[in-house]
Amino acid sequence: MQSFKKIKTIITPLDKVNVDTDQIVPKQFLKLVQKSGFGKFLFYNWRYDDQEQLKSDFVLNEPKYKNSKILVAGDNFGCGSSREHAVWALLDYGFSVVIAPSFADIFYSNCFKNGLLPIVLDEKTIEKLQQEIGDVEVDLENQTIKTNSKTISFDIDSHKKKILLEGLDDIAQTLFYEKKITEFEKQSKTPSVL
Amino acid sequence: MGKTLFEKIWDAHVVVEKENSPSLIYIDRHLVHEVTSPQAFDGLRMNNRKVRRPDLTIATMDHNVPTNNRGLPILDQTSSVQIQTLEKNCKDFGIKLFDINSPNQGIVHVIGPQLGITLPGTTIVCGDSHTSTHGAFGALAFGIGTSEVEHVLASQTLWLEKPKPFEIKVEGKRKNPHAVTAKDIILSIIKNIGTSGGNGTVIEYRGEGISDLSMEQRMTICNMSIEGGARAGLIAPDEKTFEYLRGRQYTPKNYEFLVDYWRENLKTDSDAKFEKNYTLHIDNIAPQVSWGTNPGMTIDVTESVPSPEDFAKGDQNQKKGAEKALEYMNIKSGTPITEIKIDRVFIGSCTNARLEDLIEASKVVKDRKVSPNVKAMVVPGSQMVKKQAEELGLDKIFIDANFEWRESGCSMCLGMNPDILSPGERCASTSNRNFEGRQGTGGRTHLVSPVMAAAAAIFGHFVDVREMDLN
Repeated sequence: MQSFKKIKTIITPLDKVNVDTDQIVPKQFLKLVQKSGFGKFLFYNWRYDDQEQLKSDFVLNEPKYKNSKILVAGDNFGCGSSREHAVWALLDYGFSVVIAPSFADIFYSNCFKNGLLPIVLDEKTIEKLQQEIGDVEVDLENQTIKTNSKTISFDIDSHKKKILLEGLDDIAQTLFYEKKITEFEKQSKTPSVL
Repeated sequence: MGKTLFEKIWDAHVVVEKENSPSLIYIDRHLVHEVTSPQAFDGLRMNNRKVRRPDLTIATMDHNVPTNNRGLPILDQTSSVQIQTLEKNCKDFGIKLFDINSPNQGIVHVIGPQLGITLPGTTIVCGDSHTSTHGAFGALAFGIGTSEVEHVLASQTLWLEKPKPFEIKVEGKRKNPHAVTAKDIILSIIKNIGTSGGNGTVIEYRGEGISDLSMEQRMTICNMSIEGGARAGLIAPDEKTFEYLRGRQYTPKNYEFLVDYWRENLKTDSDAKFEKNYTLHIDNIAPQVSWGTNPGMTIDVTESVPSPEDFAKGDQNQKKGAEKALEYMNIKSGTPITEIKIDRVFIGSCTNARLEDLIEASKVVKDRKVSPNVKAMVVPGSQMVKKQAEELGLDKIFIDANFEWRESGCSMCLGMNPDILSPGERCASTSNRNFEGRQGTGGRTHLVSPVMAAAAAIFGHFVDVREMDLN
């Protein structure tokens, strides 16, 4: 998995609450059998009109946000379907950080499997951040977000922080516990399916 | 201090526990489908890993399968590739697959219980958020992403942070249980707790209003836990649970021994503490209809579409969301729900496509015709449900009324197969999500119960089914 340490870009303000994973990547694009190439489908129905032309009134289509890697959105981001394609699409499009007042559980956990950093901040701080026009630096090691005028700190679980900083392979870590898993299986009462 | 049912199941599955860190939890059942698994199997191949417990893993194809002309090749090439990929992956890794021609094929959350694969006290995962459905049997069941699918395939475990227990009590008795259904109970709950009200929790549904429900109705309740943001929802098993699973195809041989154990152990202690509580009284609840673009945007059938101000109760972001929803849904505040005309009706999905759902809907449809302006379809949740329904003659009732009668799959719940709404079409749907474009780009979804959907098909607009004779 790719690691995440620090980035500095302008932020893209997405002023919407309850952004569900059906909006992040609509279902017609879930049929691919690989993980790459989902960026072009990100927010598809918001970015493109019926003729597949870019809509000028959607924030991601404004040229100034072209190189932004930080998305700042409303409450309950990533709700709905468990599709990890939503995280793959955000990363493939170019985002490395999503900041919101809250995230849906499955989306939040999917982020850490792919190197996307989700940051929870309170609504007031987010409202101010969305007005920020200059570059913003997100530093995971120090857990800070720096704008031209101030430094905001954020909380993150230490285990999750380590995973992102080191880009750890989850499964390799788990397989260190192989013996414990086998022991558990020996005493488990759960019957096999078949 | 006592423990909740959720905590008991959790504790019984901890393989590794570390302070202030996620725990490694053992997974008893892993259900796999074609959409969220291909990248997981690829990951195994790249790292030269095998599936640790193929005997705890079951696969079927449900999300993008066509629901008609099953004998013909699949026209959509990308769907076809995804289906073939699952076939190959199951073969390569030794996983039991119920393929498109199997009598056991169906929506993964419908077939698990029907086949006796879902069991009380187990942990169940699937790369699908509606895995919460299996919680109706007193299992801890939740949806996971594709990386976690790969993790479970490789290790039969998951690193999880312990969610908080959330008690939802459903008190009272419905006056007309044929007209006011489990779907109306869960929509009422979501309307009240909000779409993120359950974030970070596992809900336990309790009370008379829950124990009165059949197993299939309990599945409808647990199914939509995720729509309230909860990781999972569960219900303590009782005699109805044990009876439902007895004698099914994959019910374990030592079943009665297990039942004795479950009966003693799978319940919340009287002195257990929940972190959060909510109570719904159901004596007077009405059939529910969603008006907006998330399941929390729901009201009684007797009401009118609210104004964004009234809906938001002072929250500016919610107000903006409601304005956007009304625009997308193309309805005006103040419109009585019963005046909303519909174009399509979909009776199906892991929420409401079980035998009881079809029986109840057929009572509305019998000896009537679908309104000439409406196109209506029934998509049974599994091939087994379809067969049972046909044995009862339900297919004839629906077909005589001009409903389409299809093969099983997820179908128009998420429109990954050809069953989609056209832009602007308005649908009364028994599914679980009314998100923008969910059932087809530009399509407009109103979530309702099977009887409400059936009545909307007949009348061409929403009606209060309490005014119909459903006995």
